Amino acid sequence: MSSSQRFVANHVAGLPKSGIRDFFAIVSQMKDAISLGIGEPDFVTPWHIREAAIYALEKGKTSYTDNKGLITLRREISSYVERFFGISYNPENEILVAVGVSEALDIALRAILNPGEKVIYHEPCYVSYSPSIKLCHAEAIPVATSADDDFAIDPDKLIAAWEPGVKAILLNFPTNPTGGVTERAKLERIAKFAVEKDIVVLADEIYAELTYDGEHVSIASFPGMKERTIFLHGFSKAFAMTGFRIGYACSTPELVEAMMKVHQYAMMCAPILSQEAAIEALKNGEESVLMMKDKYQQRRDFITRRFNEIGLKCHVPNATFYAFPSLQGTGLSSMDFCQQLLKAEKVAVVPGTAFGPSGEGFFRASFSNSYEQLIRATDAIERFVGTLEPAEAAAK
Amino acid sequence: MNPVLKLILEGEPLTTAQMGEVLGMSRDDVDAELQKLRDEGVLLGWRPVLNPDFDGEDCVRAVIEVKISPERDGGFDRIADRISQFDRVESCYLMSGAYDLLVVIKAQSLQRVASFVFEKLATVAGVNSTATHFMLRAYKEQGHLIARPEEIDAKPAVSP
Repeated sequence: MSSSQRFVANHVAGLPKSGIRDFFAIVSQMKDAISLGIGEPDFVTPWHIREAAIYALEKGKTSYTDNKGLITLRREISSYVERFFGISYNPENEILVAVGVSEALDIALRAILNPGEKVIYHEPCYVSYSPSIKLCHAEAIPVATSADDDFAIDPDKLIAAWEPGVKAILLNFPTNPTGGVTERAKLERIAKFAVEKDIVVLADEIYAELTYDGEHVSIASFPGMKERTIFLHGFSKAFAMTGFRIGYACSTPELVEAMMKVHQYAMMCAPILSQEAAIEALKNGEESVLMMKDKYQQRRDFITRRFNEIGLKCHVPNATFYAFPSLQGTGLSSMDFCQQLLKAEKVAVVPGTAFGPSGEGFFRASFSNSYEQLIRATDAIERFVGTLEPAEAAAK
Repeated sequence: MNPVLKLILEGEPLTTAQMGEVLGMSRDDVDAELQKLRDEGVLLGWRPVLNPDFDGEDCVRAVIEVKISPERDGGFDRIADRISQFDRVESCYLMSGAYDLLVVIKAQSLQRVASFVFEKLATVAGVNSTATHFMLRAYKEQGHLIARPEEIDAKPAVSP
């Protein structure tokens, strides 16, 4: 260890490295691997959106913007969120444009958490949740979701996880990596509990548009919830704009003002070109979103059917572009399965444990990919599973 | 939409066996669906989409605006059909606006296009006038960009 390690803050030194980073190091050394490990759309950003960014550049739009973001963009966000989620936010003081939903989540946590306070979140989940909470000197309390519930959250488990000092509940439905969604009745119970205990709800709904069957329901849309919810959303997934790094947070004027303080000192504002591109996405992007969603849905049907045929039990995710099959019966841990699969067949999938300890026994496979790649990958996984111990194979 | 049709319209080159795998059908069922689409006149045929710059040597493509006199029985159909029958004619459409038919043709040389227009097209009874436009360069062909943007950096193979 280099001696400069002593300069690193204790709470940062104590953070685990992202499991994805470990695995990425292995994959990156392998040539010609088929990767189902990518957490972003296979599509390039639709041209009309890219073109809007180019046009903004040509027009000399290279300045800072209002800390909260361009008012034109906030107005578009306001009308989009009202249309799609049924929640009404004032563009003047209830919306803050951030550098991706990742920044929006970070400033939301930093705006509300005092050291020692606690946040309940569900797991398996996106890699940043627990570390972001810990970076606020707060405590992260995971609640495991299970394949038996198709990775919806069980309100009873969430309520049972409560303890004094819980300040917030962090929800991410639809969920990366499981594709899980949670139905209205369960969300209503959680909302009621949040009111009862006077808890803030952080709702990261970045995958909302990629909900396939039925309508997406936001907890923020329930009566009385807007005042205690920070609604987090962005453009990365539905509009295939990951590299633009553009997202937003919506809440009450007081909470937006608090997030603004963190945002203005840390980030100043989101890049103006990305904001201009986001305006175009909201004005004219719906058709592109539906086209991409349709393609994801067809690929979802294919890959989940194949995993089940192979004997890797896989629920059909109702949203996102991730399948999260079970390794039950293979006799292998998540990391062993993924490493051995990569070595034997050059197919990269992400171990479930990268998304928290409750991801053990699963792996995440992105189906945002061409059919040809998905066919080759699933055929390879089938061959690999076939080579595992007969006793283990029989158990499946 | 018919799932087989939907899949082939996506444009990914798959064998019928792969199509079957994607759609959860047997290969024979995919073949039968394709045959049905042909029989119904939905699927007219298969052709690769070629870059026109490499579309055989000395190939000239032109679009011709044709004005014709509609007939009492059948309107434009008889003459349009007669023009469409020529092998050189790749496509033929009835248009609204300043002219009636838009005819797309392909030939080995400019002279051959010219002689087709003078000798075949202009002499069809009912054709009143033609205006020929030669294609100089293709930028996009049936949904495919000709100049592909250069890949900059590959995406990371694994990301959260």
